[in-house]
Amino acid sequence: MSPEVVRPFPDSEEMEISFGPQHPATHGVLRVMVKLDGEKIIEAKPIIGYLHRGTEKIFERETYNGAIPHTDRLDYTAAATNNQGLVGAVERLMGITVPPRAAYIRMMLAELQRIASHIIWLGTHALDIGAQTPFFYTFQEREKILDLYEDYCGARLTLNCMRVGGQPFDLPTGWTERCREFIEQFPARVAEWEGLLTNNRIWKQRTIGVGVISAADAIEWGLTGPPLRGSGVKWDIRKVFPYDHYDEVAFDIPTGEHGDTYDRYLVRMEEMRQSVRIVRQCLERLPDGPVLAKVPKVIKPPKGEIYFSVEGPKGELGYYIVSNGEANPHRMHVRPACFINLQALPEMVRGYLVADLIAVIGTLDIVLGEIDR
Amino acid sequence: MADEPKVAPQEPAAPKPPWEEKPVPPVPADAREHPQVAEIAALVPDAVAEAVSFAGQVTVVVPAARLADVCRACKDRLDYKFLVDLTAVDWKERPEGRFDVVYWMHRHGKSQRLRLKVRIADGVELPSVTGIWKVANWMEREVFDMFGIYFGGHPNLERILTWEGFNGHPLRKDFPIEGIDTGAAIYPDVYPPGGGPKKEGGEPA
Repeated sequence: MSPEVVRPFPDSEEMEISFGPQHPATHGVLRVMVKLDGEKIIEAKPIIGYLHRGTEKIFERETYNGAIPHTDRLDYTAAATNNQGLVGAVERLMGITVPPRAAYIRMMLAELQRIASHIIWLGTHALDIGAQTPFFYTFQEREKILDLYEDYCGARLTLNCMRVGGQPFDLPTGWTERCREFIEQFPARVAEWEGLLTNNRIWKQRTIGVGVISAADAIEWGLTGPPLRGSGVKWDIRKVFPYDHYDEVAFDIPTGEHGDTYDRYLVRMEEMRQSVRIVRQCLERLPDGPVLAKVPKVIKPPKGEIYFSVEGPKGELGYYIVSNGEANPHRMHVRPACFINLQALPEMVRGYLVADLIAVIGTLDIVLGEIDR
Repeated sequence: MADEPKVAPQEPAAPKPPWEEKPVPPVPADAREHPQVAEIAALVPDAVAEAVSFAGQVTVVVPAARLADVCRACKDRLDYKFLVDLTAVDWKERPEGRFDVVYWMHRHGKSQRLRLKVRIADGVELPSVTGIWKVANWMEREVFDMFGIYFGGHPNLERILTWEGFNGHPLRKDFPIEGIDTGAAIYPDVYPPGGGPKKEGGEPA
């Protein structure tokens, strides 16, 4: 696994530094206490909670639809998939079937969100480890996705774009054409970014063999999403427990081999292409019909408990809802992908250099809004 | 999907698509015979106190004394290598124990999930499962932080989302939703435990 910690100067003193919480490379308010021997990391201890807003406590007094805007603010770079998890959980708890048109709209919004989230990851991750250019190119594309969201629901970041039982709105006129226009030109952009990075010598030096985690360790540490797939485990909630209509569209799960930062980079790049593939199929198959099922005015699920998860851009995002039969949940717990993925950070950086810590934080693609909740 | 029945309008109403019907909620059923439950019962004696299946998800209620054995057997012998989630639920008034601690496991080979549930009273210590699944470390810290449930044998049971010295456990039902005055940790004489500045004490010094 991680290289053996060999102390170059056996009598040198260890140094402990606090990295963050206001350091731009920590992607938010993450603080890592790093114990160093020179440049080598002996131990890293993430300290979190700076963004804790008590979301799970707030859920308990909200109605189910009223909780959706709060989910936007968990992983604020991927509001659509957060919404999708919550409404999916409530629908399964109540036995609601979503009209197919609504399900397809959801899938499109979720896949565009995955692309948008991966775009932020790529831009900032590359920026962190010294490649400035991709940042400017990637954000141009993200802007186009946000425009599509703005057309659909008026919001660009905190979308609140799904409801229990379906979608709040039908697609506006011309949306499908604009969406198609975007996805047709997008693969060329991905190729352009890959041209900047994939064979870039500096990029490879900074990422290959950095933050390695084996497949068995990745499962042990509960990693999900691209960090798990980068270690070679072919596992994706969209395939394992398909929701919406993911079982009707064709897409592949990219996996890496070595479980290092470079493989996770390749996995995410391929995921963007697969998401384009899914959106294209959704546009082709998009059925007509209503977008909202017949749901009661007041959403009151029966007594019971449910866990439902979606494949978010960061990993498995799950909602565990305990209902009392009332209009607000007795307990609603979020299984955050970033929180669990971050836990493996000390394991992934032990024995590497401080500069590699930056690369590993970037490759885990964490969002503190979801970690701290 | 609409307007299908136009061809034969005189026939008795065609069945409506499921999204136009009133939703039929799932009902709980006894799951003692369920294969996922039976294999646990076969491995660990007295492990299954109750088993329910609801909405396609199986829940096994395990006595607290058997929890470590059940988790160990699930991980090592039943291939539940992946602990997906660990959380707790507060039932403040419940006589048979205030908290549910919920473990949600996954096994990759068969793509199956199973929920373990332990009912414990306030102040009772549960064995930590960090020795079984490493991923449980932060999850148990979160449950400790939010509910004040102690996990014996945890390597580092500290608060994780709130800060050291925070007063109370926010997800308990008796913790006020508007929060407490967080000065309590720093000025305990001005802000008494349980929240709010002292009424008669006047302005904080």
